[in-house]
Amino acid sequence: MRHIISILMENEAGALSRVAGLFSARGYNIESLTVAPTEDLSLSRMTLVTRGSDQIVEQILKQLNKLIDVVKVLDLGDTPHVEREMLLVKIEAKGADNRDELKRLADIFRARIIDVTDTTYTCELTGAGHKLDAFIQALGSATILETVRSGVSGISRGPKSLHL
Amino acid sequence: MELTGAEIVARFLADEDVEYLFGYPGGAVLHIYDALYQQDKVKHILTRHEQAATHAADGYARSTGRPGVVLVTSGPGATNAVTGIATAYMDSIPMVVITGQVPSPMIGNDAFQEVDTVGITRPCSKHNFLVRDIAELAETLKKAFYIATTGRPGPVVVDIPKDITAMKCNYVYPKQISMRSYNPVSKGHTGQMKRAATMMLKAKRPILYTGGGVVLDNASKSLIALAKQLNIPVTNTSMGLGGYPATDRQCLGMLGMHGTYEANMAISHCDVMIAVGARFDDRVTGNIEKFAPKAKIIHIDIDPASISKNVSVDIPIVGGVNQVLTALLKLFKADEREQDGEAIGKWWEQIEKWRSKDCLKYKQTKTGAIKPQFVLDTLYKVTKGNAFVTSDVGQHQMWAAQFYKFDKPRRWINSGGLGTMGFGLPAAMGVQLAHPKAQVACIAGDGGVQMNIQELSTCLQYQLPIKLICLNNGYLGMVRQWQEFFYEGRYSQVHVEAQPDFVKLAESYGHVGIQVTNSADVESALIEAFKQKDRFVFLNFITDPEENVYPMVPAGAGLEEMLLL
Repeated sequence: MRHIISILMENEAGALSRVAGLFSARGYNIESLTVAPTEDLSLSRMTLVTRGSDQIVEQILKQLNKLIDVVKVLDLGDTPHVEREMLLVKIEAKGADNRDELKRLADIFRARIIDVTDTTYTCELTGAGHKLDAFIQALGSATILETVRSGVSGISRGPKSLHL
Repeated sequence: MELTGAEIVARFLADEDVEYLFGYPGGAVLHIYDALYQQDKVKHILTRHEQAATHAADGYARSTGRPGVVLVTSGPGATNAVTGIATAYMDSIPMVVITGQVPSPMIGNDAFQEVDTVGITRPCSKHNFLVRDIAELAETLKKAFYIATTGRPGPVVVDIPKDITAMKCNYVYPKQISMRSYNPVSKGHTGQMKRAATMMLKAKRPILYTGGGVVLDNASKSLIALAKQLNIPVTNTSMGLGGYPATDRQCLGMLGMHGTYEANMAISHCDVMIAVGARFDDRVTGNIEKFAPKAKIIHIDIDPASISKNVSVDIPIVGGVNQVLTALLKLFKADEREQDGEAIGKWWEQIEKWRSKDCLKYKQTKTGAIKPQFVLDTLYKVTKGNAFVTSDVGQHQMWAAQFYKFDKPRRWINSGGLGTMGFGLPAAMGVQLAHPKAQVACIAGDGGVQMNIQELSTCLQYQLPIKLICLNNGYLGMVRQWQEFFYEGRYSQVHVEAQPDFVKLAESYGHVGIQVTNSADVESALIEAFKQKDRFVFLNFITDPEENVYPMVPAGAGLEEMLLL
């Protein structure tokens, strides 16, 4: 089963490699991993998407908690939550008709065009992973020059929050 | 007070009451060694290899309960120490390893003797640090000791770049430290303990399965009291030997791959298992599907990640083993409910039937070829069970675990988890330094003893009167045994054809060497060796070459499917 895990950890050099190393050493799967400092610069917030049986995910949570630099761990999948991922995609946009068509497609998906040349558009789209997948599919591989995805970030709904 | 980084290291170790520092100098730690030269509180032990320094510190830690401390240089100094760090990590031994590093501005430039020590040791240490700022040095060292010795203990590495050791900074010994990201649980959950108490009282066929956690947490006394209170049989893992007295009636000996018949049968038939400071290692469980199939399991452990990792348990209790056992005992003393005495009586009858199989029997003729088991039996007799015994890894280790009856904790020092050959001799050095008057025996094979044989030189320098008992069968015995059983006797690369003359070798290092080839001479040789209270004695016992360790649970089989002699 897919799990989305939030990790609050000391913003120390090597913190990311401790988490990544744990997953590779114990053979756990990482679907995506995002990390950045929080508003408190001494802390980093990580969102990690993994797959595994309940038993494996329980072990993952325990092993994460065991890392000395980890302050808190939360399985977001246990609670109502919001998750978002950002996609940047550069597409070939040549000829007036084609450019119009691509602009409309971007509008339908509520993607924003953030860079333009006379032969390309670069679009930004934020949403759940499947929405990003759908946009990529709609564009078609012939049009796409380059894509980059941020990986999933997640936060729980309601007043519940992950903090010190 | 303004001190250099090197002086801070030396001063801190003294303030931390570090008695011995096991190490080996080199370029990146020159400043630290200079600071050590100018003090006399911390005694430095110069081993002949960094791996030996870590094992010696490990032996010191296992036999005393205090953290072992190591100092090595960057690059090869650090990589040589890795085996020792991993050994301590697998067995949860408190250790602080200080490694030198190339100067900060050179890190990442492939400088001379540079290696990414933090990267290499990350998966085999409890935690590690690279000191980037001299202002953080003392606090980092304190954190290292704090992390190494609390919760589930383990080795912590502190990597110090050379330039940091030359910089100056104000030093105050940090007496206490708190970390927001590290707060090990020490007290068990009361509700869980009450549930466990009920389950234990209702048990008809209970068993205590106890591991290294009992030894690490000094919980031996409370374990004995609890076992006695409820008349529960006790079986130990290799790491747990001595945690419960081996000569006590309730002790069934070791369980697992080379465990006793009675222990493995009792595990397979129990209805309630109380796992205490043990981690359901594959060498203990055999085939997981067939492990304790009828049992409800209570698991007491300080490390939540140990619980339900290999075997799912019914009542987990996360907490310090000693605290939990003491609290449980209190509950039982106040509890008016009674056990099912009749069922427990029957259970003991059954256990005695299993025990009467005498699964460790062997035949030793009065003269002639020496059975390795007989050497261990005799060692036990000669030392009256009072020795500290270290071992390498292999057949001799299992025989020592089976035949030397440990009545006290911290007397059996072996590499349980990682299974490190070459561990025994350097570990014995740490033990002997910590207990100068005690009898220390190192049991080794002719294979493993050559993996850190250079330490004979260290033993002379520090006058360590260890008795090294080499069970020399000319084979890498345990591997040979597997090849005999499971590879139709194709002995692939297990015959150590060329051997040094161990007696002369010991003598050339300035020690006493004794060769024993006849079973009639075993006892007298051991007595003679232990009489030499201030000498290191290398006893080379030429033993029956194809003797096997029994009982044996083949890989993949259940504990009930033991091979017996």
